[in-house]
Amino acid sequence: MSITLSILYLIATITFIIGLKLLGHPETAKKGNLIAASGMGLAIIGTIFLHELEVSNFIYALIGGSILFGAIIGWLIAIKVEMTKMPELVSLFNGFGGASAALIGIVEFGHNLGNTTQIIPIIAAIVIGSITFSGSMIAWAKLNGTMWKDIRLPKYNIINNLFFLGLLIFSAFIVWSNTNSNLIVYGLLLAALVYGVLFVIPIGGADMPVVISLLNSLTGIAAAITGVLYGNMVMIVGGILVGSAGLILTFAMCVAMNRSLANVIFGAFGGDETAPAENGKKGGTIRKTNPSDVAVMMNYSDKVIIVPGYGLAVAQAQHVIHELEELLTKKGVEVSYAIHPVAGRMPGHMNVLLAESNVDYDKLIDMDDINPQFSNTDVVLVVGANDVVNPAAHNDPASPIYGMPILDVENAKSIIINKRTMNPGYAGIENELFFNQKTSMLFGDAKATIQELLSELKGMQ
Amino acid sequence: MTELIDFISKNLQLIYILILAIFIGVEVIKNIPAVLHTPLMSGANALSGVVIVGAILVLLHADPNNIVALILGSLAIILGIINVVGGFAVTNRMLQMFKKKRK
Repeated sequence: MSITLSILYLIATITFIIGLKLLGHPETAKKGNLIAASGMGLAIIGTIFLHELEVSNFIYALIGGSILFGAIIGWLIAIKVEMTKMPELVSLFNGFGGASAALIGIVEFGHNLGNTTQIIPIIAAIVIGSITFSGSMIAWAKLNGTMWKDIRLPKYNIINNLFFLGLLIFSAFIVWSNTNSNLIVYGLLLAALVYGVLFVIPIGGADMPVVISLLNSLTGIAAAITGVLYGNMVMIVGGILVGSAGLILTFAMCVAMNRSLANVIFGAFGGDETAPAENGKKGGTIRKTNPSDVAVMMNYSDKVIIVPGYGLAVAQAQHVIHELEELLTKKGVEVSYAIHPVAGRMPGHMNVLLAESNVDYDKLIDMDDINPQFSNTDVVLVVGANDVVNPAAHNDPASPIYGMPILDVENAKSIIINKRTMNPGYAGIENELFFNQKTSMLFGDAKATIQELLSELKGMQ
Repeated sequence: MTELIDFISKNLQLIYILILAIFIGVEVIKNIPAVLHTPLMSGANALSGVVIVGAILVLLHADPNNIVALILGSLAIILGIINVVGGFAVTNRMLQMFKKKRK
């Protein structure tokens, strides 16, 4: 490897670290992303041109063509995607990264007959890469709603763990036997792909963000292992950085939902436990309201808190809710948004969605800061959120979300809940908040309903 | 046991790098506000696309007559670069929105 290339890799590695660091602060995040991206560009260009190999023009054309083709596709997806689809997108891209690592492993296995030191990273790249690929694809399909919610084979835990053990033994056997049979490696590839599917399929919808983050971390590890194969520092350090950062993020999410990682992977979530839900249904009658009543209430309030959920984004109501907030502020009402750490479909997702409609981020208040404020709030408007305001998390030990920190909206003077129907939320759990005496249900499509509320308010003095 | 010591002495540098990189990753990410979790996740995701460097190396080393290696290598590059370009571009798009509100 030429010294220029080594230095280039060193620079790229430093940009990755600095980029990640800057991504951690709202002010510098954009710069951080650009710095890391330019480092990546350097590493890619350097790899193509600064080597000491005899390479035909045909190969160069193939590399250039592939990069151009993939870059255009990636760019188009990135500028076209709706912000509500972020979790799906991260999972899709992540799967591609994993697949790339697995493919490299397959090709290198063919080049590497009988060389023991290289076989371990090769096999590891194939196994981890394919698990991430198929796992991410299942996660993508689930989030996208194109797939049945969650499928659990009977005794899926035992099956999955035995399968995983089998996969490890199979891998160890290939390393130990030093085989050069392509057939066996394709078998391993297939087995790892199947395991990825088995791994993600039983995990419940609400836990998907944790899974995506975990898979993200795994892709980093796959990249690092591939780096070991080539003794390539930028791949090793870059991959490990993503791996450990992803793991930290995974744990942060688990904390936000009060679940252990093991519980997410091995526990059933909202699936079998129908008993507490039944109890919830007996909670009483619900009270319905309409936009003009809500408008009157809000018009005479001092303080309104809006609790946005994923349903708000699905209904594309971010813009009308922002208008509502502006109008109320003009009328002298104090308005803020209560953001649960896992509001939306992944942590921080709701911030992105509201930012898209120009909501000032000083108005987005984190759970810990807003919870004490509910008691002196006149009206809480919950739009398309459900599990993050479910009091069962506090007082029903039988509930699957028991122990999860929630927004204490029940402390407010009155609660308006906008939902399309009485269907339970994403996690499939009944919500006793709906039956609370202070609660009024405002049924209807979020966008249309808030629009109506807005025009009622405009007509008031 | 001797094999283990042998392995460690041969890969000592690598082991140092792994351990230091793990700690850097943890330290850099620690205490990031929830606001930024989504962009961070997609940014980190773009970084894991560094695997594309390996995919390029595959093609550079490939025998021009080995069709399978050429196809798989090109596919690895395409998937990797989608991860890189798409990941950074979408992260940038998200962060742009955060910026805009600081009028």
